[in-house]
Order: sequence, then C-alpha cells, then structure tokens
Amino acid sequence: MVSQLTTSERQYALVTLLLLGLGGLAMAAMGRGDPIAVHGYIVLLFAIGLSFVVMAGYYAPEPDKDRLSRYYDDPTRVGIVLSIAWAVVGMFVGVWVAALLAWPDLTFDQAWASFGRLRPVHTSGVIFGFGGNALIATSFHVLQRTTRARLPGQFAPWFVLLGYNLFCVVAASGYLIGVTQSKEYAEPEWYADIWLVLVWVTYFLIYLRTLARRKEPHIYVANWYYMAFILVVAMLHIVNNIAVPISWSSAKSYSVYSGVQDAMVQWWYGHNAVAFFLTAGFLGMMYYYLPKRAGRPIFSYRLSIISFWGITFFYMWAGSHHLHYTALPQWVQTLGMTFSIMLLVPSWASAGNALATLNGAWHKVRDDATLRFMMVAAVFYGLSTFEGSFMAIRPVNSLSHYTDWTVGHVHAGALGWVAMITFGSIYALVPWMWKREAMYSSRLIEVHFWLALSGTIVYVFAMWNSGIIQGLMWRTYNESGSLTYSFIDSLVAMHPYYIARAFGGLLFLLGAIVAAYNVWMTIRQSKLEAAQGKEDADIPLFARDAVQAGE
Amino acid sequence: MELEKRDRVTGRTTTGHEWNGIEELETPIPRVVFFFLGATVLFSLICWVLYPTWPLGSTFTKGVTGFDQRNLVTEQVAKADAERASAWAGKVETMSFAEIEADPALMQPVKEAGRTLFVDNCAVCHGVSATGGPGFPNLTSKSWLWGGEPEAIEETIKVGINSTNDDTRVSQMMAFGRDGVLAPEQISNVVTYVRSLSGAEGDAAKIEAGKEVFAANCVACHGDNAKGSHDVGAPDLTDHFWIYGGDVNSVYTSVYSGRQGHMPHWDARLSPLQVKLLTVYVHTLDGAPQ
Repeated sequence: MVSQLTTSERQYALVTLLLLGLGGLAMAAMGRGDPIAVHGYIVLLFAIGLSFVVMAGYYAPEPDKDRLSRYYDDPTRVGIVLSIAWAVVGMFVGVWVAALLAWPDLTFDQAWASFGRLRPVHTSGVIFGFGGNALIATSFHVLQRTTRARLPGQFAPWFVLLGYNLFCVVAASGYLIGVTQSKEYAEPEWYADIWLVLVWVTYFLIYLRTLARRKEPHIYVANWYYMAFILVVAMLHIVNNIAVPISWSSAKSYSVYSGVQDAMVQWWYGHNAVAFFLTAGFLGMMYYYLPKRAGRPIFSYRLSIISFWGITFFYMWAGSHHLHYTALPQWVQTLGMTFSIMLLVPSWASAGNALATLNGAWHKVRDDATLRFMMVAAVFYGLSTFEGSFMAIRPVNSLSHYTDWTVGHVHAGALGWVAMITFGSIYALVPWMWKREAMYSSRLIEVHFWLALSGTIVYVFAMWNSGIIQGLMWRTYNESGSLTYSFIDSLVAMHPYYIARAFGGLLFLLGAIVAAYNVWMTIRQSKLEAAQGKEDADIPLFARDAVQAGE
Repeated sequence: MELEKRDRVTGRTTTGHEWNGIEELETPIPRVVFFFLGATVLFSLICWVLYPTWPLGSTFTKGVTGFDQRNLVTEQVAKADAERASAWAGKVETMSFAEIEADPALMQPVKEAGRTLFVDNCAVCHGVSATGGPGFPNLTSKSWLWGGEPEAIEETIKVGINSTNDDTRVSQMMAFGRDGVLAPEQISNVVTYVRSLSGAEGDAAKIEAGKEVFAANCVACHGDNAKGSHDVGAPDLTDHFWIYGGDVNSVYTSVYSGRQGHMPHWDARLSPLQVKLLTVYVHTLDGAPQ
C-alpha cells in the first residue's frame, strides 16, 4: 500500500510520524509516574511501528499516473478490516461487562477489570472503533462513487484513518489504567481530544475538497448525511471537551463547565452524538448501500431532503430529555421533550423512505441476507426512534429513567440499527473492494443474520422486562406509605434478566465473529485471484464528461 | 440528460439524476407525514402554552398552569409525610419502645418501613436478612456488642462505632502478637482456650495454659467468664457467633493483629424517626438458631 503513495507523500508520512513520535516521547518523558507517560509510550510505539511500514516501501517505484483515473480505495479496505476487528473486541468486552452485572465477582480483584473501567472500553470500542471505522471507510467509498472524483490526495485519508485509530487505542487503554474525564461517550482526556480535533478537521477538509472536485452536478443525499455527521461531531466534540489540564505533564484535566451547565453541555453532546454519529452517519451509509444492493431508486427525493433538515434541526434541541426531573430548569426539559416528539416525524420518514425503496425488490430481501440486514436495520431504526420519542415524555421518563429500559433502548438502536446497517453495508462493500463476485459464503451471512437478529431480540426483551420491573419496584409504596422494595430487592429481581441479556449479547458477538471469518476468507480468496484483475461495476471516473449543475 | 425517465415498478418519474447507478423518484411527500408533523407540532404548542418552556433573558415563560417540578415534589413529600404522621409515624415519634412493640397494629407499618430502611442502608454490611458476614456482626444472634436494649441499639445507630462522630462508641482489640505482648506459644494456647469455651475440642494442657493467659490479659474487656462487656463493646466469647470467624486461624489472627471494627454514624443521614424505626426493626428481628 505504501507503493501507491508518491515519494513526496511518503516523505509527508515520515515527517508526520517523526513529529508524532517526538510528541509521544515528550509525553513519556514529562509525565513520569503519571498515566500520560503510558500513553506517551503507546504513541511512540505507534509512530515507530508505522515508520517501519513506510520505510519498508520507501524505495518502491512511484505509482503510475493511471492511478489518478481510478478511485482510491486502500484506506477503505484497511478501514473495513479495522472496523471488524474493533467489532469483535468491543462486543467481547460488552459480553464481559454484561456478565459482570450478573456475576459481579468476575473482576478477579483487578482494578482494570472493574465494571467502571471496562464499560467505556465496550462503549468506545463499538461506537468509535467499530462504528467510526465503518463510517470513515464507507464515507470515502460513497464520496468518490457519488461525486465521480478521486480523493484529493493519498496522504490525508491515511492520516484520518490511522490517526483516528490511534485516538481509539489511547482512549481504550486509558480507561483500563483509570484515565477518564467521567463524561459519558467523551471519556478520553485532553491530549486525546486535541489529537482527534486535528484528525477530524482533516476528515472534513477531505470531504469538502472532494465535493468541490465532483463531476456530478448534484450532491447525492448520502453525502449530506456524511457531511452533517463530520461537521456536527466536530462541533460537539470541541465544545464538550473544553477543559483545563492540571499540568502539561498530567493526564488529568478539569472541564470548564460545572454543575448543571456541565450536565446540559454533556447531554447536548451525548444526544447529538447519537444523532449525528449513530444516526446521520449511518443514514448516509443506508442511502447508498441499500438502493445499490436492492437495485431500486430511492422512493422519494423530497422525503430524503425534508427528513434530513428535520433531523438536523430537531435533534439539536432534544438533549435535555436526558435530564428530566433533575436540577436542570424545567423550561429546558419541556423544550427537550417537545422537540423529541417532533423529531419522530423526520425519523420515521427516513425509515419509511428506506423501506419504500425496497418496493419492487422484496423478493431480494427474502433471498439475500445482506439486503435483509439493511431492511431489518431500517425497521429497528423506526422502532427505536419511536421508543426514544416516547421515553422523552416526562411522565414516561419518570418510570424509565435510570432503569435498564434506557439500556435496552440504546441497544435496540445500536444492535438493531447501527450494527445491522453496518454489517449489511460491509457485506455489500467487501466483494466490490476485493474484486470478488460475492462474499466467501452466503450461508455464513445467513447464519450471522439470524444470530444478530435473535441476539438483539433477546437483549431488548430482557431489558424491557427488567427496566419496567425496576422502574415499578422503585416507585411501589405499601399501605403504610413507605417504599415496598429496597434497591437490593430490585437487583435480585434483575438477576435472571441480566443473564438473559448476557446471552443475547453473546449471540450477537458470535455473529460478529462469523462476519470476521467471512470477510477474512473473502480477502484471502481475492489475493489468490488478484492476477485476474477483475473490473468492478462502478461508473469510472472518466466515463462521461463533467456536467454542470443546472443543465 | 434524460429528464423524463420512468420507473417500471411505481410508474413514477425519476429526478433525472444518477449517482453511480442510484436514482431517486419524484414521489411527492406522503400526506401522512404532514399530518403527523402537524399533530406533533400541535402537541408541542399545547405543552409550550401549559408549561414553562421558552427562556426570556433572565426569566422564562411560566406556562398557564404555573406548573413547577420543585413545588410539586415539595408538596408531594409534605403531603406524604403528613399522611404517614397521622396514620402511624406520629405515634412512633411519641411512644416509647415498649409501647410500640406492644401494639401489633402499629408494628405492621413499622416493620415494613424498617425493613426497607434496613435493606437500603444496613444490608451492605449486615446482609439483607441481618445475619452479617465476615467482619460484620449477625444482628439476629442476640449476642450484642453494645447491648440489645432498644436504647442501646438506637445509640449505636446514631453515633456509630469508631466513627467520625464526636460521641462515637470506641472499641479496639489490641494486637497482642504484633505488639509483642504475647509470645506465639501463648497466643496458640489462649486461642485453644477461647475456642473450648464454645465447645471446640482441644489439648487439655493447652487449654489450661491458655486459661492463665486469658486471666492475665483478656478479662479486663471480655470479663472473668468471657461473656464480654457492653461497656467496651467486647464480644461474648462463649457463644457460637464469631464476627471474624471461629476457626483456629481466624481467632489466632484476631489475637495476633487485633481488631477494630467500624460502623458509620447515621444521625447525620437518617432522621430521628428513621433511626427509631430501624431500632425497633433490629430489636424485634427473629433470633437466629443457636
């Protein structure tokens, strides 16, 4: 892959890695005795390791000019592999923390294995590791195909993909050694946050530059969603993570916000991370791979556009529904609740648009597990957005808040929508990327589909039951006017559901392992037949002349 | 560019654009979308009129209902307190322990409320059924450290043991071995003696030697008959209940390294009524089998 870089790009890479390595060395040297030193060594090792890769290919001949007439897919290929690897790791830790809730002694008396440290490894591993890599990989693919423009350079995409994974590694390793800002889904400390800003701004610039060079007159709707994802995640990340480190040589920092303002900023971030990371980004994925796989036109262009603006406008207001019945002033809660209700309409419009696109292709949904993954994803997207709006209503929230119902809701979205659309897209994309007719085994996709679906259903039903039981137990009074159940009583009642949840998660993990094997075997077969040089079905870069908007 | 392209399945025209094979239909937005958008906007408008919603500089729109979650919860708590007070809690506050326990109708709510208080606050150490665990006394044993009368229990709950309260109960078992007061052989003997008090088998000579060690070192707190003392929180060594375990190793460790248990004080966290409810609850727990 280094051989595809020009000499100057190889030099860029080496200089960047040198600077990164020096940064890591400085962290390691200045942070004696502080966890930041551990991260310094990790950064240093990362830089040294990648330098070896670049140097090994440094004297390879320059790539030929022909490459500029083809799409640049190397980062997408690596991104897919990284995404699957993170999926297996993140879901494994997920099953582990689920088991910890049922059998709390599984920590082996190790601090790093405590629930509080492992849980963010699970959440960051699946959201940022699995989801984030899948978004980066597919966005580069979709962006080039729908603009008929090659990525503007070959260095920047690698900087984004590998830099992002460095962020993920620093984040996950930090949690295990106790480095955290204690902000949910924004746990990494200040130095990791600053690094992510560099990576993310580069990502956004790649997107803008490619769009500016597009040869299609109009910007396809998938790119609107991907753009919203990149732009808004940058805003959220920067605003929520403004913090003052206690010193340059310490991992610890303090947020500039405090009290209820901190809570509001955090949940403005948290809910919009759901909106723009886990929804907008994956809607971008859906708007490309679903019609492509189904071979059908999008049901309604207008519906996609009003849904887009509806989602971007309404979501921004909804974060305060995470803070119902708290110290947050009630007017903010009312606003969050009402905007969450209105948000249901564009959400269902998107899900409906996806399902109606399948009209005329339902026989394919029946026969093709890859397309069925995407169909079920759209159904779960509709279900979990309905559930979310419902739970945002204050009296409903008074029952559901702090219970496992919330956890079940999140997983209906994360397993049913995000993971399913991702697996569907990956199964569609991998054969295109590795020049194969199809995946190694369509049977294994079928196996994965049923494992994923049954795992999700077991998980979600277990959490609905346990959450509602929990909520009711916490508010049940006996005739004398005292609470009937203690907190421990509710824990005892949760135990069977916690076991069921761990089992559902295990099924889902097994599915991901099956996917990893299937992708791996497809890639291996591809190497065997690489010499045949199969062409893909994409419309090539120079297939026809550039058309101007308005023609 | 082909502008009038029709889709076979739906009969609709496309927008005329194509991205790597993907097209979009000119389907108008279904009416139902506008209907639900209207309905949810209407719902929101009603909420905005009824409840506090929009910020206005330093204040906000109060809503026509004047609804306020803080006032609501304050009122509800006050109302519940008043109801409880008139129903039974008022009596608990004024009546003596003996009177409360003699009134079965009153004991019903006291036991219900007491159990929830106990399990939420005390069960972490003493267990859900109050039977204790390693390091934490069994409260059903009737083998009390500081006395089992309701007044003594209430005092223990309020001030705690070796706690940060100024009036805390203070108790410490010396580290006889670590501090060099007793030689290992002497400790071994006194352990054998102490265990024999509750029926454990042991070498007669060691028991005899241990009895002398006990008389010289332990009786100040545990008493001549080893029945313990409520004044200093010294446990009864003749019964079957052990806080730190009754096997040879555990008792040896207790004598060698000493013990200093800790119980938090609850006067700052629980109200006097709650402490009283807990006291009655603990005092009337069913005794454990010996």
